[in-house]
Amino acid sequence: MNTVDVITNILICGTGGQGVMTAAEILAQTAVAKGWDVKKSEVAGMAQRGGVVTSHVRFGRKVHSPVITPGTADVLVAFEVAEGLRAIDYLRPGGIAMVNTIRLVPPIVSTGQFRYPDDPVAQMRAAGVAVVDFDAGAIARGLGDLRLINTVMLGAIADRLPFPAEELEDQIVGRFREHKPAMVAVNQRAFAAGRDAAASGKRARTMMAAEA
Amino acid sequence: MSVAVQAQANSRLLLSGNDAVARGVWEAGARVCAAYPGTPSTEILETLAQFPDLYAEWSVNEKVAMEVAIGASMSGARAFCAMKHVGLNVASDAFMTQTLAGVVGGLVVAVADDVGLSSSQNEQDSRFWGRFAHVPVFEPGDSQEAYEMVKLAFDVSERFDTPVLLRLTTRVCHVKAVVTVGERHDVPIAGFTPDARRWVMTPANARVRLPRQIEREERLAEESEASPWNRVDDGRDRRIGFVSSGPAAMHLRESFPEAPIFRLGFSYPLPVGRIREFAATVDRLVVVEETEPLVENALKAAGMQGIHGKDILPRLGELTPNVLIPAIRGLLGEPAPDPTTYPHVEPFPRPPTMCPACPHMGIYYTLHRLRRRVQIAGDIGCYTLGAGSPWNALDTTISMGASMGVALGMDKARSAETKDKAIVAVIGDSTFLHMGMQGLLDIVYNRGNVTALILDNRTTGMTGGQHHAGTGRDVRGGDAPRINFAKLVEALGVRPERIRTVNPYQLPVLFKALRDEIEQPEPSVIITDQPCVLSEFYAKQPSFRVAADACTGCGNCINVGCPAITVTRTAVKKRDGAADVDLKFVDIDAAMCTGCAMCVESCGPKAIVACEGAGR
Repeated sequence: MNTVDVITNILICGTGGQGVMTAAEILAQTAVAKGWDVKKSEVAGMAQRGGVVTSHVRFGRKVHSPVITPGTADVLVAFEVAEGLRAIDYLRPGGIAMVNTIRLVPPIVSTGQFRYPDDPVAQMRAAGVAVVDFDAGAIARGLGDLRLINTVMLGAIADRLPFPAEELEDQIVGRFREHKPAMVAVNQRAFAAGRDAAASGKRARTMMAAEA
Repeated sequence: MSVAVQAQANSRLLLSGNDAVARGVWEAGARVCAAYPGTPSTEILETLAQFPDLYAEWSVNEKVAMEVAIGASMSGARAFCAMKHVGLNVASDAFMTQTLAGVVGGLVVAVADDVGLSSSQNEQDSRFWGRFAHVPVFEPGDSQEAYEMVKLAFDVSERFDTPVLLRLTTRVCHVKAVVTVGERHDVPIAGFTPDARRWVMTPANARVRLPRQIEREERLAEESEASPWNRVDDGRDRRIGFVSSGPAAMHLRESFPEAPIFRLGFSYPLPVGRIREFAATVDRLVVVEETEPLVENALKAAGMQGIHGKDILPRLGELTPNVLIPAIRGLLGEPAPDPTTYPHVEPFPRPPTMCPACPHMGIYYTLHRLRRRVQIAGDIGCYTLGAGSPWNALDTTISMGASMGVALGMDKARSAETKDKAIVAVIGDSTFLHMGMQGLLDIVYNRGNVTALILDNRTTGMTGGQHHAGTGRDVRGGDAPRINFAKLVEALGVRPERIRTVNPYQLPVLFKALRDEIEQPEPSVIITDQPCVLSEFYAKQPSFRVAADACTGCGNCINVGCPAITVTRTAVKKRDGAADVDLKFVDIDAAMCTGCAMCVESCGPKAIVACEGAGR
């Protein structure tokens, strides 16, 4: 079966202001550029005021429902680690969670009303989820601009999509080429760094499994 | 600028339902467009305002938006207005009579229901307006349909001499999908022709229009029966035939790829004849409609037997595949295994917070300190968050502008326990202009004793920052006349001595003003004058930090409610002969802090200080 015949479901989650919407838009536009059908659902409501933000991106030959049904996401992209944990029930068996390890603690937690989980990634793994986790913020800072987290995260999932990574990269770079050409090279580096982080994360996991 | 505005004809675009509606309205040749912001409909007018060749405005409320569109339609221009579901309640007075008078230029009203309550106070079903107002209703399921249907709606409006409702839901408005767009049609403005029998709705004139309305509805029913937007998406599995519309029909097709679905696009008048024919081709009929059983009951009233619907499906929220599949499989007597492999985990809630430096926090910090002495009627906006932690300083929220009337009602219905309480009404600038002014006039006229707080942050905040009559800018960002709130409330009859304008960041000043005004035996108004931190009028200042050695852990600054303040450490202080005290030591996230200094005012030991080199 051709890749386009199977609907690809990508769930992106995080908190308001992290760039979840932008990442979802870039993914969706990549699929549009291929001539595929795309639907992208946003739950933002009051998100700019610190709430949870999720975006459902679905593409293939023909997409009907704009929402991903729990248990059917191919890839979960978590911009924040506890938000990743909150969304694991969306993953299908064999799906993968790509997790930025940043912990964004809301006031409701810091004032002692609720607890932030000690190790959300461990909790995901304990539930059987395949997780690749890395500090996208550190990578972005290393490249000189925290706003590159978005591109790092997209790079991290680039090898798990039904189109070549280069098509996704073109879509990212295309947003800067005309108006901010200075941003092109650094975004390319961020994209490559995200791909590397995901690949080495997976290698580390495979080695651990082999040792065990 | 929105791609919906820039794109050439025949472009294939990823558009939200709202952008698709805007593009369709423009292509249909609309000349006058009006709206009041309301989630999930807001972006329709924001995008329309980017087209240079039509008139667009933020109206003071939905009723005025409707009336502006009506006036333009009477003048022979294609006209459009947009609102959220509760907005049509406000606009319905004008709407219900214009449906009798009819249109000259096509008149389309987009109304967006918030199915699932992402950002609304209720979940009402706007499809009922079709039958109530005797107007046709179109129900798109995605962006492409929204784009095509709004164009058709203008034609139907003119052919049948009626306003037309375009009923959207959050899952149309805020879903992006692929749309192929066309070009604008030039529809000249015919001009206004005086005709008192038509445009002056006295009883005598309205009486003559009533039979025409009934006759029009019969012709619309024939149109609906023949409409290609009411169609069968066929399937091989004939055990169940579905009747559905909007996003629910999309979820249904996803869930049951082989099922025959009668898809309603032109949903009022309901094409009962076609549905009856469809029902004869399947074993049984299930109506899948979000919220109310409107179609189901209409089919039952038409005498159709054995119909399923709300007996197996919920009456609230979205009908997504995870809701539909178990319910329908249950009806078929088939197992519906849970497709999830991994557990659902809720680590902690992440409720919306006010933004760092939000001027509203000063109001609620102050009200919180006066909490035992005041009853607080609230309103619709970001400041509704004052009901939550840490302020807990809001007692009611009903509808736009309701704070004023509710406060007056509380004042007039005091019990022995509440007779000494001060009644406070809290309302935002845009909401006050929308529907709060009348309530304040009522307070003055009827000698109520209410202290009204008008939180003027110079924007419509909750919907993302739209201009209004109090911001000094029009819908396109150009200069516009700006209402003076102090003069306005004085004109409504509040005595000048009882009108104060204060800076909400100056907590002691605000506290004193509020304490003084609640003790006055007459209406008072306190206006705050600092802009929304997300608006163009807000100027960031250098951030603050906490001198850790000076912080005593009193936690007073936490009651300001700023999300930039985080607790780093807790401790318990033992006291002889008294209860233990919980200590909370804090820090400030420098990346979030914009230097409003409100927390500095709240800190007794002066532990909150300027960052080094901040140049204060």
